[in-house]
Amino acid sequence: MEIILFGQLADIAGASAIRVEGMQDTNMLKAKLEAMFPGLEKVKYMLAVNKKMVQENLPLSGSEAIALMPPFSGG
Amino acid sequence: MQTPDTYKRYQRQTILPGFGDAGQYKLLSGRVLVIGAGGLGCPVLQYLAAAGVGVIGIADHDTVSLSNLHRQVLYTMEDIGKPKAEMAAEKLRALNPELIYRVFNEAVTTNNIIHIIKEFDVVVDGTDNFATRYLVNDACVLMDKPLVFGAISRFEGQVSVFNVPSGLDGACIHYRDLFPNPPKEGEVLNCADSGVLGVLPGIIGSFMANEVIKLLTGLGKGLSGTLLTFNALTNESMKWQLQKRLDSDGLVPSSVAALQQRDYSWECGMPSDGIEIDVATFEVMLKEGNVALIDVRELDETPELKRWVHQKIPLGTLMKGEGTFYAKQIVFICQSGKRSLTAANWGKEKYADKKFYSLSGGLVAL
Repeated sequence: MEIILFGQLADIAGASAIRVEGMQDTNMLKAKLEAMFPGLEKVKYMLAVNKKMVQENLPLSGSEAIALMPPFSGG
Repeated sequence: MQTPDTYKRYQRQTILPGFGDAGQYKLLSGRVLVIGAGGLGCPVLQYLAAAGVGVIGIADHDTVSLSNLHRQVLYTMEDIGKPKAEMAAEKLRALNPELIYRVFNEAVTTNNIIHIIKEFDVVVDGTDNFATRYLVNDACVLMDKPLVFGAISRFEGQVSVFNVPSGLDGACIHYRDLFPNPPKEGEVLNCADSGVLGVLPGIIGSFMANEVIKLLTGLGKGLSGTLLTFNALTNESMKWQLQKRLDSDGLVPSSVAALQQRDYSWECGMPSDGIEIDVATFEVMLKEGNVALIDVRELDETPELKRWVHQKIPLGTLMKGEGTFYAKQIVFICQSGKRSLTAANWGKEKYADKKFYSLSGGLVAL
């Protein structure tokens, strides 16, 4: 599945979109991403599945569009 | 509608379907507070004054500087060094003298925020730091004030409307539903460190002004329960459906008195125990010697540091542990004092036998 990274999360991952396969739910996905990109566990971000914010663990089929959004402070 | 001039001024919007004299009357009776008269605040203020929002509050404690002018389009060279809130009010009065402008030339704090926002119907967050953003959010939740939110970073922006019932359940979503707790210092880039495309706050601020106008007139569908994001490089925008968190309301202080007791700067990890030094202390320390000065900016960043002997070790390289410190005291410096603070905190944890400092405000302060 494709994961789109916004703001400085793209710097941490080194790309604004990455692919990860075989994820069964959002908790597994988060753990996988944080293992791939160690800087990720230190920052705050919101996770969205098909443009819907997710707060609890959600099962994934593999066809979802995932996005990670960090907070921005600038004004 | 008051005078023939008033009629003429707003004629192009009052002829809009659904707007009419009634819509204009709602704007003229509206009271909107804009917190932060910077990159986002400038376009919001201009469009609200142009559209005829009856009472416009402007809160900002800062003064205009040359590095503001590429994006803060209300100000000119003559305003440099002058208070933003007062200068903004002067420009807006020239644009539309029929409105009432209320100037708050002071920092919004836990002590004054409730008193300031209670006079207004809608609050606009155009601030530039998390401590104030969380303070504004919490105060608006407590006072039940609609909050038009906007934030930017480099080429990307976010917009939403908080504390307005949304969705089927009518939940009032706010900033703590997106990000329950503030990030610590150094976790997120700021404009001075990471830069911002000048036109971006113009785009995001215009979205925010549009949300205010829709809230006041009741036109269209607002962004409550939705986060709009925009990328200026790709022109991609996304609408994210937000959700109420079970714990978000509990993170807001339970009362005005509780809010006044909170230390928002501390929650954002801002001032830390004596690790940050001001320019005067910095100069004394360097004169006395036995201090190593390290510039943690990227190697190609300007302006160059010329006045003092120093080493250049970019933050990323430094934190990989590739530097050796010969002096007992190490002072880090960067553009705004943010990366150098990260470096000093890192050093303090790693090398117990050395003292680490960060120049507060960075090169900009020198």
